[in-house]
Amino acid sequence: MVDRAYRIDRTGIHPVHAFLLISSVPLFLGGLLSDWAYSSSYEIQWTNFASWLIAGALVFAGCALLWAFIELLRGDRRWGGQPLIYFLVLLAGWVLGFVNALVHAKDAWAKMPAALILSVIVTALILAATWLGLSTLRSGDMK
Amino acid sequence: MRITAPLAMFAATAILSGCGDKSDPVRYGPNPALPTPHRGLLPTMKIATPAGWGDQRPMVPPGYTITAIATDLKIPRQTLVLPNGDILVAEGRGGNAPKLTPKDIIASKLKAQGTTPVKGGNRLTLLRDADGDGVYEGRTVFAENLNAPYGLALVGGNLYVANQDALVRFAYQPGQTRASGPPVLVTTLPSAINHHWTKALTASADGRFLYVGIGSNSNITERGMNVETDRAMIWQVDAATGAHRQFATGVRNPTALTIQPGTGQLWAAVNERDEIGPNLVPDYVTAVRDGGFYGWPYSYWGQHVDDRVRPQDAEKVASAIVPDYALGSHVATLGLAFSNAAMGARFADGLFVGEHGSWNRSPPSGYRVIFVPFRAGRPAGPPIDVVTNFMGQDGKTRGRPVGVTVDPRGALIVADDLSNTIWRVAPARPQAAAATR
Repeated sequence: MVDRAYRIDRTGIHPVHAFLLISSVPLFLGGLLSDWAYSSSYEIQWTNFASWLIAGALVFAGCALLWAFIELLRGDRRWGGQPLIYFLVLLAGWVLGFVNALVHAKDAWAKMPAALILSVIVTALILAATWLGLSTLRSGDMK
Repeated sequence: MRITAPLAMFAATAILSGCGDKSDPVRYGPNPALPTPHRGLLPTMKIATPAGWGDQRPMVPPGYTITAIATDLKIPRQTLVLPNGDILVAEGRGGNAPKLTPKDIIASKLKAQGTTPVKGGNRLTLLRDADGDGVYEGRTVFAENLNAPYGLALVGGNLYVANQDALVRFAYQPGQTRASGPPVLVTTLPSAINHHWTKALTASADGRFLYVGIGSNSNITERGMNVETDRAMIWQVDAATGAHRQFATGVRNPTALTIQPGTGQLWAAVNERDEIGPNLVPDYVTAVRDGGFYGWPYSYWGQHVDDRVRPQDAEKVASAIVPDYALGSHVATLGLAFSNAAMGARFADGLFVGEHGSWNRSPPSGYRVIFVPFRAGRPAGPPIDVVTNFMGQDGKTRGRPVGVTVDPRGALIVADDLSNTIWRVAPARPQAAAATR
């Protein structure tokens, strides 16, 4: 019993890592909603919002990605869950998110519909990565 | 191995942005080749590195000379040759467009590398060649504390200056070297944001009207349609009252205006839109029709719809006029002047056009002054290089031409806003040059 409690206590991603990861979620989601608003209203300010939200999301997700990469290299045994899958999903989300930022730099409607489609995919990937990452905090998953 | 995955993705990104078009269809004239719009993940970008002139010089055709008649100016843009031969130079840098997106911040930093670091003079400088030897030994500040002056026009005793926010007037007496007082406001001009801030100016042949070119507030409506009110058009301003009407619309960025001698017809040099490919959309010169609509933003070169604009407007597209003469995409036409016989037989009838060059093409185009020959009052034949080597063989830019003006005594005045120089191109021996061809 004592041994097991000790192990659970040290399992899971670092709180700052978790903070970085989670912070990108509302930003990517906000970008997606702004894209949707622009595509349905042609109101240009929505796409300006989307550009900034995605840029901000990439900063947080990028830090989380770097953290995940370093932990992966260190082969940290304390890390529960599926570190490689978590890293790959986060990597895919970030790379597509970066592509999405470049797409958002196209003028006016030139970014559509690619911007909206990419925002949906990126948000889904980041949600999946966040699920995988935060699952490691659930002590019940440990066997 | 894990590290290479993102790098491979970036490499793919870089390849996607490249554009290769090795063939060379017609890029100029009344029927330019218009390829399918295309833009990679990154816009094509080529900021040519500025360099000093050193022992290099702009190149002119055989039989012509080029000399720097004024250097160390504060961003010269347009010039005006006064009746006594004095040259007025408008100096300044305008625009106050806020940076709305991450792209704006990055792009403005990159583009600034291709322009002069000098602060705009916001003034008019007067150059004088008292003894007529082609050396402008006199230099005075004619007027200062202006707001990014650009277009210049003289009508009788009135010197009109188009600042970036207002059309103003000075009283002018022949021989004057300094304005006798502060300018008088003729009319304010649209200046909110001022993405394309240059206000081109010319006066009708009878002097009753002034024509003012007002550029769009965006490349292609990426700042929204609300900010395009009274933009991308040419105003006709009543010189006496300052009242205006829209003379022509849908003109993305009319950077230079001039009146054709004899006919009184208004001509404009227009910069077209970016970011749909290296060979779209051609910048052009055209005779401007009263009440005409020239496409921006809905379409280009007549009825070619620009899909980047929402909502679209089929009715406007249908009414769009095809311009007269394409000069190639991204050459950035900023200067326009009709020639005369004093320039020599080869350049006697036609238009000189200053091409500033653009960031949005690789290899770059423009960076030269060309001549569009005319016959019977219309463009006839391919353009001829007049002043080149602003961009050297090494790919570095030593100058960027803006305004061009023809001195009736037989000289072409070229303002260069990179090396902050005024160049004077003249037949080496006016009589001989006229006789040879």
